[in-house]
Amino acid sequence: MVSVKKIVLDVLKPHRPNSLEFASTLADRCNDCTVNLIVQAVDENTESIMLLIEGEDLNYESISDVITEMGGSVHSIDEVEVTKIGTDAE
Amino acid sequence: MGAHGIARRYFIVNGFDGALTMLGLIVGFYLSDYQDLNVVISACMGAAVALTVSGISSAYISETAEKQKELSKLEQAMIKDLSDTIHGHASRLLPVLIALVNGLSPFLLSLLIISPILASHLSVDLPLPPLVASFFIAVVILFSLGLYLGRISGTSLLWSGIRSLFIAFITGIIIVGINLI
Repeated sequence: MVSVKKIVLDVLKPHRPNSLEFASTLADRCNDCTVNLIVQAVDENTESIMLLIEGEDLNYESISDVITEMGGSVHSIDEVEVTKIGTDAE
Repeated sequence: MGAHGIARRYFIVNGFDGALTMLGLIVGFYLSDYQDLNVVISACMGAAVALTVSGISSAYISETAEKQKELSKLEQAMIKDLSDTIHGHASRLLPVLIALVNGLSPFLLSLLIISPILASHLSVDLPLPPLVASFFIAVVILFSLGLYLGRISGTSLLWSGIRSLFIAFITGIIIVGINLI
């Protein structure tokens, strides 16, 4: 069984919710994870952000759903860290 | 402007409309020396209901158009459909909330203003004649709305309240003038 420990996402989002609300909602909706948000570019109606999410067992689908719910869209998965838990026999 | 700011603006604008309309009706009835409270209540309630329906429909139509335009602009920028996001939900829910605020504010303030007339109609003893009591409540409400505006804008509360009273005074003068003609 593999466990996702870290995901770095390139996301385009509207100005609202703002970065603090966006990151807080993400952190609130995933179990024991740390969300790091860096704004990379700001446009008239949108902003490009880099999301670094770290946790024990991240669920990409639920993270993506929360981002979509807040009006954002994932452009790319730029970095991941996945570990294998236990052995194949298990 | 956020939803709270829009709702507050509509509350004050239409609340002021409602209070001033009731003031005008009450001054008109007082000057015509009309004593049939049934007619006074019917006229005031009719005006209040009309203001409510007008407030709800006008705010809903205008805010729906505004929110739809904002959503379309955002959808173009995001190059995706946002109808199932918090932005889409807000663009559908906010016009309803704002319409309710815009419609209910004149209705509730009107009810408050004519409450002495309603009480008198139900044979409740009042220290003042019902039309005079309603007049004073209307003046107090208009002054309070002025104070509230002063607090929002961060300017002098007293000056803002007096400005609202001045508008009420001008309204009264015009009605008195029309009655004299």
